[in-house]
Amino acid sequence: MQQRPLLGSVALYCAAAMIVFISVGPFLYMVATSFKTGSALFDPQIWPKNPTLANYTALFEGAQPFGRHLLNSIMVATLTVGFAILMGVTAAYALGRIRFKGKELLMLTLLGVSMFPQVAVLSGMFELIQSLGLFNRALGLVVPYTIFTLPFTVWILTTFMRDLPNELEEAAIMDGCGPLRIIFQVFMPLLWPALVSTGLLAFIGAWNEFLFALTFIVEDDQRTVPVGISLIAGATAFEIPWGSIMAASVIVTLPLLGLVLAFQKKIVSGLTAGAVKG
Amino acid sequence: MSRIEFNRVNKRYGPNLPLTIKDATLTVDDGEFCVFVGPSGCGKSTLLRCVAGLEDITSGDLSIGGVRVNDLPPAKRGVAMVFQSYALYPHMTVAQNMAFGLQVMGADKVAIAAKVKAAADILQLTPLMDRLPKMLSGGQRQRVAIGRAIVKEPKVFLFDEPLSNLDAALRVQTRLEIAKLHHDLGSASMIYVTHDQVEAMTLADKIVLLHTGALIEQRGSVAQVGSPMTLYHRPASTFVAEFIGSPKMNLLPGKLVSAEAGHARVEVAGLVLTASVDARAVPVGSAVQIGVRPEHMAVADSGEGAALPASLLHVERLGDSSLLYVNVGPGLPTMTVKMDGSVSRAAGSALTLRLVPEALHLFDSAGQACVRTVELPV
Repeated sequence: MQQRPLLGSVALYCAAAMIVFISVGPFLYMVATSFKTGSALFDPQIWPKNPTLANYTALFEGAQPFGRHLLNSIMVATLTVGFAILMGVTAAYALGRIRFKGKELLMLTLLGVSMFPQVAVLSGMFELIQSLGLFNRALGLVVPYTIFTLPFTVWILTTFMRDLPNELEEAAIMDGCGPLRIIFQVFMPLLWPALVSTGLLAFIGAWNEFLFALTFIVEDDQRTVPVGISLIAGATAFEIPWGSIMAASVIVTLPLLGLVLAFQKKIVSGLTAGAVKG
Repeated sequence: MSRIEFNRVNKRYGPNLPLTIKDATLTVDDGEFCVFVGPSGCGKSTLLRCVAGLEDITSGDLSIGGVRVNDLPPAKRGVAMVFQSYALYPHMTVAQNMAFGLQVMGADKVAIAAKVKAAADILQLTPLMDRLPKMLSGGQRQRVAIGRAIVKEPKVFLFDEPLSNLDAALRVQTRLEIAKLHHDLGSASMIYVTHDQVEAMTLADKIVLLHTGALIEQRGSVAQVGSPMTLYHRPASTFVAEFIGSPKMNLLPGKLVSAEAGHARVEVAGLVLTASVDARAVPVGSAVQIGVRPEHMAVADSGEGAALPASLLHVERLGDSSLLYVNVGPGLPTMTVKMDGSVSRAAGSALTLRLVPEALHLFDSAGQACVRTVELPV
């Protein structure tokens, strides 16, 4: 490889620094703000003079059941991931490895479904949730979230499933495995990178979702975190409690960051493998 | 109890596609090592997969140990297969790979461990039991794949080109190991698919040579079934004659002059050759083909056999032997002669080929062989 000229290196690192500043800056500011109270909130310096955890303790002691919201979010997101993976893998096995008529059409329909904007299906979904008796229950959110995340999950997993060697499946058949055993004991372990990336995306989707969470739930105890944060109120109608909001945002961001960091290697190999035949 | 019988087996992949396997009728006896061989596209792997149960049979019957297995699932047929790419489960250790099939069948743990250990001992895999397949060499993976088959104690072993992913030296070694394994396992039958005639000749008790292309439709899938020596010395048709033997048999067009019980006389390029074959079924005067293997000719100015003048086109010296490519006349195909390694003739020089009657094959106009009347090894 050719040596880069000095000027080029300088420019490159400057550009990199810019990008890091632009993307990480707001996050750092968010973290910093969460440790400030009172008038310090409006002081532009990054690290506060008197850092305090008051915002965090206030969150859990305030009028809003923030801890409950957090638990709801974790429950909903985890269940969504579980259902999406379970249904995604079984569907992907059928779509990726079994030959049947209308497969292409089915795949395209799946893709089509994922193109509907949320608002378009909101009323229909409302009816569905209500008829299932899940209205006003955090658990009910698992239904729309799974529905919205499944097309993507199925597509990604189908691509992976298709690339697994035929002989492996045949070896399993010769060993006496039925389809379920092939899926769960032979293929699943080989699909880990894909499962981790699709699972993580499903988790993030469910974790961040706002519209359904706002519409289908009216009771405070059943809300999820994004709606919870939006409803954090100050002492008076004229005060926006920046400190609490930022503290809540930090708490909400941390699990995602942790997950992404823990699985980052798998995510990269998951999202790129199978894209190019190699 | 591991006799495999094919009775008029046909296989068609789709309603509008030609038959891949046509009218295959053959028997693999108890404990026999049978090799399916043929050029690419002959359906040898398909036929094997029909035995395995990975492909349905379109019509005809297949029985293993006297039981019709057409509709039995693969795991119930008492067969075990070794795949070309080994198809080891990448996420399982060697031991788990070998145990998996038995676990699925619900055998108890102690029995599984004992069987896996026994197989590992036979295949010298004991030090590798805790490794993952990706940490093994090609030869070791191959042995694990064989081990996975052995632990199931099947009636029939199926090998689908098991050596094609190995390098040349390892291939020879593994070939010997498979031969030894067959000897040690005794009663189990083996069906082995290969496109390599050396593997077929060295391993087989019985070779099944399969037709390819248009010949499948014309004559059925099976070209000839027999021992390696039978296929080499008594090929049933020009297809078999040209496939078995390397370099392949020379075929010269000619005309049948006369036919008697013990020998026939054939005119080739103005020269009358005598062949030790019974050609009385072939009409005198019809077009025939004389066949002679490169290693069954001599180059000598005087001596036994009919003299065929030729000019040397090219010499390939392989060390232990030399291949001479010679022109024997206008309109005739180039012939190959195999001689010892010390030949030192220059291209362009004239020489005389000696063809003895006992070395000649005769094929009728349809390419079917006339029976040879000489004593031959079996």
